[in-house]
Amino acid sequence: MRNEPRVTEELVKEHGLTEEEYDKIKLILGRDPNYTELGILSVMWSEHCSYKSSKVFLQDLPTEGEHIIQGPGENAGIVDIGDGLAIVFKMESHNHPSFIEPYQGAATGVGGILRDIFTMGARPVASLNSLRFGAFDHPKTRYLLNGVVAGIAGYGNCMGVPTVGGEVYFNACYNGNILVNVFTLGLIKKEKIFKGVAYGPGNPVIYVGSKTGRDGIHGATMASEEFDEKSSERRPTVQVGDPFTEKLLLEACLEVMDTDHVVGIQDMGAAGLTCSSCEMASRAGTGIEMDLSMVPKREEGMTPYELMLSESQERMLLVVKKGREREVTEIFEKWDLDVSIVGKVTDDGMLRVIDDGVTVVEIPAKILAEESPVYIRPKERPQYLSKTEKFSTDKIPEAGNHGEVLIKLLGSPNIASQEWVYRQYDHMVRTNTVVLPGSDAAVIRVKGTKKGIALTVDCNSRYAYLDPYLGGMIAVAESSRNLVCSGAKPLAITDCLNYGNPEKPDIMWQFDQSTKGLSEACKRFNTPVVGGNVSFYNETRGEGIHPTPTVAMVGLITDIGLHMTQWFKRDGDQVVLLGKNCGELGGTEYLAAIHGQEEGPPPRLELDLEISVQDTCLEAIQEGMIMSAHDCSEGGIAVALAECCFSGPKSCHGVAVNISGDNMRGDCLLFGESQSRIIVSLYEDRLDDLRKIAERNNTPLSVIGRVGGDRLVINDLIDCPVTRLEQAWRRGIEERL
Amino acid sequence: MKFGVIVFPGSNCDHDCYHVVKHVFKQDAEFVWHKESRLASYDCLILPGGFSYGDYLRPGAIGKFSPIMKEVRRFASDGGLILGICNGFQVLLETDLLPGAMMRNRSLKFICKDLYLRLEEDDTPFTNRGRVGDMLKMPIAHFDGNYFVDDKTLQELEENHQILFRYCDHNGDVTTDANPNGAMRNIAGICNRERNIMGMMPHPERCSESILGNEDGRLIFESIIDAGVVLR
Repeated sequence: MRNEPRVTEELVKEHGLTEEEYDKIKLILGRDPNYTELGILSVMWSEHCSYKSSKVFLQDLPTEGEHIIQGPGENAGIVDIGDGLAIVFKMESHNHPSFIEPYQGAATGVGGILRDIFTMGARPVASLNSLRFGAFDHPKTRYLLNGVVAGIAGYGNCMGVPTVGGEVYFNACYNGNILVNVFTLGLIKKEKIFKGVAYGPGNPVIYVGSKTGRDGIHGATMASEEFDEKSSERRPTVQVGDPFTEKLLLEACLEVMDTDHVVGIQDMGAAGLTCSSCEMASRAGTGIEMDLSMVPKREEGMTPYELMLSESQERMLLVVKKGREREVTEIFEKWDLDVSIVGKVTDDGMLRVIDDGVTVVEIPAKILAEESPVYIRPKERPQYLSKTEKFSTDKIPEAGNHGEVLIKLLGSPNIASQEWVYRQYDHMVRTNTVVLPGSDAAVIRVKGTKKGIALTVDCNSRYAYLDPYLGGMIAVAESSRNLVCSGAKPLAITDCLNYGNPEKPDIMWQFDQSTKGLSEACKRFNTPVVGGNVSFYNETRGEGIHPTPTVAMVGLITDIGLHMTQWFKRDGDQVVLLGKNCGELGGTEYLAAIHGQEEGPPPRLELDLEISVQDTCLEAIQEGMIMSAHDCSEGGIAVALAECCFSGPKSCHGVAVNISGDNMRGDCLLFGESQSRIIVSLYEDRLDDLRKIAERNNTPLSVIGRVGGDRLVINDLIDCPVTRLEQAWRRGIEERL
Repeated sequence: MKFGVIVFPGSNCDHDCYHVVKHVFKQDAEFVWHKESRLASYDCLILPGGFSYGDYLRPGAIGKFSPIMKEVRRFASDGGLILGICNGFQVLLETDLLPGAMMRNRSLKFICKDLYLRLEEDDTPFTNRGRVGDMLKMPIAHFDGNYFVDDKTLQELEENHQILFRYCDHNGDVTTDANPNGAMRNIAGICNRERNIMGMMPHPERCSESILGNEDGRLIFESIIDAGVVLR
């Protein structure tokens, strides 16, 4: 046995375990854990791996549906799309590492989510991301933005998985904690789904991929603590990615999974070898015994503690049928990957690790994977709400020149074109991308079928800050609206729930409320949650981020020929508004960008109205009735109309509209962010057909104008050349860099 | 016609190229693993885009040592048609099957976007379907497309009509602003003196189907197929 540190009270504390948790460990083991076991238990029971503060609150999320093949609990969720095919998808956060080391943090986030998808046997075909940075003029923002985008590009592009869309937001609340949420979707044949299970005692356990090094040790623990002045010292806990090895691993794993030899497979992500082995055993009700001398190592002298906790990237653990070791090994060797039989499945339920002939770990796998402590932490309504709710529009001076305000808004970083970002991502590889980044949702085709898949990711965290319940609901409603505008029927979501320190009652209240809002909306839209993750402790020196329940939603287009985009297509087309203008200013981008305020209640959301508007829009698209559909979101109807004019790949169009709202101030009408509104354009002779659909669905409909000319004209409030608006919008981000 | 699509470790447009020739143009197509030391009989080889060997060291630099490249050289000297796209072009440069080298983009960033190309030569097996001066819309997606070559070779390329595509603006003018990556004289694609090997940075396989909103890439594949018929 090596010289290992003695487990003392102090050491236990350093590992982030509380006294009660340590007592529980002693009780379960019937003894004190040794150093390696302490490391293993601390990481598996960390917030990041165990969901100990969130578990109870997540139970109410809808997770089932007719089309759902796999809900939460596996590496990713699976949804049936017919034709014998299914889609596999998940979103994960990589917030803490990306702040400390933006390029590698973001890159390995992408690597991790890709492995989650292909470990189920699916070929990854599209990625999205949701990025949140601090204020644009904060000294670290440009560095972080550059690094994160380059990291995502560097990894995703090399893998040949297109990054087809996403969102980037800037807000001072993320100055000390950026958010990097990454999503990947894969395609799979329904009868070829693999899971992370270690069935069959006696079956060999195979390690494949990169050698294990000393990087990323305690990454999961880092993600379970607040940041302080010393956080940059945590750089060694950030992993370093090698997308080339991952690409080989992807192709080799898919080839191996095409044989009949694989029993179960799981990637090594957070907590590496530890997490993958105990989860696979736990799910199958078995045990796993591993000999560390067989693990491929990057350097000599690594201790069991380091080997078990390393988060070196690009590694997978497989259980294969006994007697098939050679066939499996040969495939991995063809792809020049390190492969080694490191252990076997046992029937005693233990995770047993042997080093140099000595057993150094012996803990029931189930205890590690499933029986972490569970906390129902106290929650309390935050005090700031009583201040922000007092907001009154009367106190906001109305700007004189609405055209200038619109130009300013279009050039503001949260509304401006994100081309600078997505131009760095290969968004076309695999030749499936039918709607490129820049419309409400990305659309990919499914080769060999008539179908398409629409994807979007969304969250307005300002809404969630001002009213977490409503903010959660709106994240789902807007995602769904985005998909509908692309002609897709929403199927399911995956989420990344990003919050501050859950040990604080007001953070826990935000979490509880927004999860309830999310849940309520998912039930109404029939879009179950099939997976995701929770990221707490996004907090630095006591300053937490806005609650950010990011939603990625996936929808199905039955006939890809009938997909829809947001931009106007033809001069002379009628422009119609589905929904109504209510003029709410609370929580708007206008209020923040022009008046520097984050106040007020966010816009109301009536689910019945929302569903009616979406139903009408989708039906009209499916009937081939309309030419464009765009939802109104940040910046209100004025921004939405401007985007309809210039966001298309071909020429710009002008438009002249007359919109109404009950005696409303100009800025409320133009920039208010009332929910449940979609702008569509269509041939004049289809107007009656659209009216019929709207009447049947009880959807408010108003014909507001006509496409044409080269100016955007709204009532007598705005009259501005489209090219001027477009320039402001196109250059908004690039100019600031 | 029978196409072979070479698969290097890290190739990632191999499936796309295979899809286009096999399913869009209904030609025979096979993947060729880079460790093969013998080539079956093909009419045209495609070296696809991607990140062969992770672009480690230099794009294409390690790919040239793959066992299959010996056979590719023989195939080339026998007059077989070879199309290198993006990373495939980079491999052809590193292998000296085409002259010049690629540097990092001027912006030091990866660039993925649609842009315009001016067709400069129409008497090659890769461009015979077009006319000099034709404008094609095609996407690029690369980090290293900044084409460089010494002055003497550049002059030879011009004199021998080996420059097949240049980046241009939407009016067809070859301007500095239309140059996305800093490539010398806006060069986007070249061929060898014998005109049986072409390398290009833009991706024709990404714009050969109407559902993808652009079919300008068809010109390349249709030209090759036409040329193949003549060869037979």
